Amino acid sequence: MSPQRVAAVVRKEVRDFRRNRFVVWTMAVLPVVFLITPMVTLFRIPASASGPEVRSAVGAISLLLLIVPIVIPPVIAAYSVVGERDQGTLEPVLTAPLRPSELLLGKAIAAFLPSIAISYAVYFIVAISIRLGAAHVVSAVVWHAPQLLAQILFTPLLALWAIWVGIGISTRASDVRVAQQLATLAGLQLLGFTSLLSFQLITPSVPLAIGLALALLAADVVAWRVVSQLFDPERLIAGSRTPANAVRSRRTRTARTRA
Amino acid sequence: MDRANAPCLSGGPALVVEHLTKRFGERVAVEDLSFSVAAGEVFGFLGPNGAGKTTTVRMLATLIAPTSGSALVAGLPLEPGHGVEIRQRIAVMPENPGLYLRLTVAENLEFFAGLYGLPSPQARIGQALEAVNLGGRAGDTCGSLSKGLRQRVALARTLLSDPAIVFLDEPTSGLDPVATREVHGLIEELRGHGVTVFLTTHRLEEAEQLCDRVAILNTTLRTLGRPDELRDRLFAKTLVVRTAAPLRSPEQVFAVPGVESWRVDQRTGYVLTVADTRTAAPEVTRALVAAGADVLSLAEERHSLEDVYLELVDDDVEATR
Repeated sequence: MSPQRVAAVVRKEVRDFRRNRFVVWTMAVLPVVFLITPMVTLFRIPASASGPEVRSAVGAISLLLLIVPIVIPPVIAAYSVVGERDQGTLEPVLTAPLRPSELLLGKAIAAFLPSIAISYAVYFIVAISIRLGAAHVVSAVVWHAPQLLAQILFTPLLALWAIWVGIGISTRASDVRVAQQLATLAGLQLLGFTSLLSFQLITPSVPLAIGLALALLAADVVAWRVVSQLFDPERLIAGSRTPANAVRSRRTRTARTRA
Repeated sequence: MDRANAPCLSGGPALVVEHLTKRFGERVAVEDLSFSVAAGEVFGFLGPNGAGKTTTVRMLATLIAPTSGSALVAGLPLEPGHGVEIRQRIAVMPENPGLYLRLTVAENLEFFAGLYGLPSPQARIGQALEAVNLGGRAGDTCGSLSKGLRQRVALARTLLSDPAIVFLDEPTSGLDPVATREVHGLIEELRGHGVTVFLTTHRLEEAEQLCDRVAILNTTLRTLGRPDELRDRLFAKTLVVRTAAPLRSPEQVFAVPGVESWRVDQRTGYVLTVADTRTAAPEVTRALVAAGADVLSLAEERHSLEDVYLELVDDDVEATR
């Protein structure tokens, strides 16, 4: 693994995204949508509201805020491989001395950085606004330590998972739009998990948050490895599958690298 | 340019290909391909569409795995374990330049300089751009460049890493004559620096002009050699005689040593098949003068590489009918 090559991919990706109008607009509009709804909902809760009523509203908003790191990354991640193939840039890149795992890691980091910045920004704008202007009962639930910790820990890990799912779909999809739609849909599987936390069906606690975060981290590492295996240059360039012997050889190489 | 990768070949051939075959399912793209390319040679790879030229380049560039056979690329065996090392020593320019159109010329090259781990990238980028006469366009976005300029940026990209072998897939496709001449100049320059050039092209005059040897491929290797060798191998040596009036008894005139046979061609005159043009031409000249013929011209018939190509490829077309 060469950090220099990974850094080169990250730098190029970030430069390319910044000049891609579709990506810039999507990244700008989605957070605004996710900001308005929680603010309006939580500011309308009166100080006299009952505990269950507040917890239910905050749960719905927490769910919404945890959707941000799930829906934003696929916009970029799903484009990463199939987009390069469509614009004819994948072949020159693959002729450079770059391992697929380095290429994919660089792309994942490049998708991760803006996604996580936006997700945290949205969350903290909501949380600080609640603290300053909403009813105390609402603020107390939002600023509950395990709830905060869960948001802070799970946001990057959920984003990473969504990114690997997006890149995985991108390595197999035939079209950028299809990849983006499938990646967003696939990322929503995490809604079930986040719902359990948001509605406190699983009571958030610090050990539970850390345990679940570690499990998610392990899943992210496994996802990176699996997606690297799914990445088949032959299929992407020539439109055919690598013969079985070549796949075996690549696996052997991976095993050697690990050793 | 100093060539950092030159020692990796250590005097051996740049490419050795043995019985390379590639099948995509039932379809055979390339079959039983064997040839070698010497270090510093400009090697032309010709063939009709779908002949397997690009597939061969992709195999040698480790992008796709051969179904069977073996190869040595820049001194390394073509195996998955050597993919990164091989790609470090070669550069490939695909037919499509494959540039990031939203990035500038310099940013495109910076990206690849990073992938090759070049120690002083800015200096290398400057040199590569100067080599393709794009020194003043470093800040332009690639999307704003013409096709010819994009092709030149792609060429600059291949020069960045001082590769031992450069694979150029149709480098002059779609270029105007001036840009084409510039690309040819660059290829000559690469030859001058001892870089091995593997050139796939449809332009036969280009191959004839630039290549030390050419291979003609149509799924299998049809022929391989220097362009003049191929002409000699495929076509008999001929002299074309034009006279002001038909000869009275050509069978007597052409009954001279060195002339194997002759025929009348309505367009060109008399076409003589000879063993060696250098010895036969003076004999024929003397015989024509002795016969009192008014000779307009006597010349060796030159077959082009195109004739060789058409002869071989037409055979294949006939065979598949």
